[in-house]
Amino acid sequence: MTPLALATSIHVSPGQVAASLALVALAAAISYWWKADLERDIGIAAVRSLVQLTLVGYAIKLIFEADTIWLVLLLLAVMVVFGAITASHRADKVPGAFRPLLIALALAGASTLGLVVALGIFEPTPRYLVPVGGMVIGNAMTAAAVALNRLGDEMADSRARIEATLALGATPREAALPIVRRALRSGMITLVDSTKTTGLIFFPGTMVGMLLAGANPTDAVRLQLILLYTLLGSVSIAALVATGLAYRNFFTPAQQLRDPQEDLAEPV
Amino acid sequence: MLFELREVRLSRGGRCVLDSVSAGLPAGATAIVGPSGSGKSTLLRLLNRLADPDAGEIAYRERPLGEYEPLALRREVALVPQLPALLDGSVESNLRYAAGLAGREPEVERLLRLAGLDPEFAGRDVTKLSVGEQQRAMLARALAQEPRVLLLDEPTSALDHAARDAIEAALAELRRELEISLVLVSHDPEQARRLADWVVRIDAGCVAGCGPLAEVLA
Repeated sequence: MTPLALATSIHVSPGQVAASLALVALAAAISYWWKADLERDIGIAAVRSLVQLTLVGYAIKLIFEADTIWLVLLLLAVMVVFGAITASHRADKVPGAFRPLLIALALAGASTLGLVVALGIFEPTPRYLVPVGGMVIGNAMTAAAVALNRLGDEMADSRARIEATLALGATPREAALPIVRRALRSGMITLVDSTKTTGLIFFPGTMVGMLLAGANPTDAVRLQLILLYTLLGSVSIAALVATGLAYRNFFTPAQQLRDPQEDLAEPV
Repeated sequence: MLFELREVRLSRGGRCVLDSVSAGLPAGATAIVGPSGSGKSTLLRLLNRLADPDAGEIAYRERPLGEYEPLALRREVALVPQLPALLDGSVESNLRYAAGLAGREPEVERLLRLAGLDPEFAGRDVTKLSVGEQQRAMLARALAQEPRVLLLDEPTSALDHAARDAIEAALAELRRELEISLVLVSHDPEQARRLADWVVRIDAGCVAGCGPLAEVLA
């Protein structure tokens, strides 16, 4: 299979970006009118996205120009670490959530990117690995965070049932299995549902971007399908690894349910 | 002695829950009595290693508890918690789950009768049972593992008099039919008188009395 080679580009002026801020103002106005108290958050979101994307744009430009795989790997590693930190804040009821999340995101990123390169879908060059890696790790982070958030809530709500099951001589895995299963499902379900409805209810971002950039619609659809399938794989790996490792932190080595008042050393 | 506790201490959240607890529990029926919050349930959870003490030693059949594999110990020393916590599904599926963990095939009808439930309860959805029925289903589930010791944490605290009498009758019948020891936590000394022949009295995390029923609850 010949790796994808897409060579479409358009020029976007700063004036066009500035004009789109009108929609941000509209969002702030709606929040003010309905007293949703989100004006400040909308402002912060607009400014942060501007600063972050501009900086990452320059970083990507540098990486593209340097054209070395090591800088790509460094950028992806930084994404994995920040993704794990961000997700661990959302999974605050899971003791020691950072380590399972770090392993989950690293494995999801490495295995899916490795596979798409090995299968000859993308060339192992910065131009492909950086944007695809960003999407893979970002989606994996969201899925893992949702899964661990659900895991933490359910483990807290089901302490009596888990301990009653342990009291029968069940292993922690057996006692937590129904909860781990539901947490895994909740991490994956959003992407599965959005993949089901793609093209019917919404057009996904990559396809829209390519169409705006003047690409052939067939190419845009094919690339979008590749990305959707890649994301399904990475999201599943991330949710599976995160829940499969994190549930163990609720139990002691003597296969007891850990006391919630007892702190587990958290590296972050 | 079935269980021997020596200088057992346990703190939770900076609060001393058990303080230098030393007591012997013989085979037969023992009641651990005392007011609410005195540490009775915590003590019971130590006996099948659902928790471990911070200090001190607990021996079961002359061997330290730490020498037992926790899962095997819990199948031999089964605990029925204070509040029913059955798995979703039917009563029978719960019995089969518990028996399967011990590698056994459950005699569903016999287990239900031992726990004071009619065999027709086998197919009932556990969410449709009353609290008393759920408590008896929990008892049947624990019995499905054919334990040598049954730890019962306030088995009738949430029940009315009729349901309480049914559970107590089931427990008395169990002792007659099976070679099983009972360790029962209760805040009610009268229940201890009805069911036990040995008593450990706990007050504020300390042993306030330990010995035959007639001596401790005279």
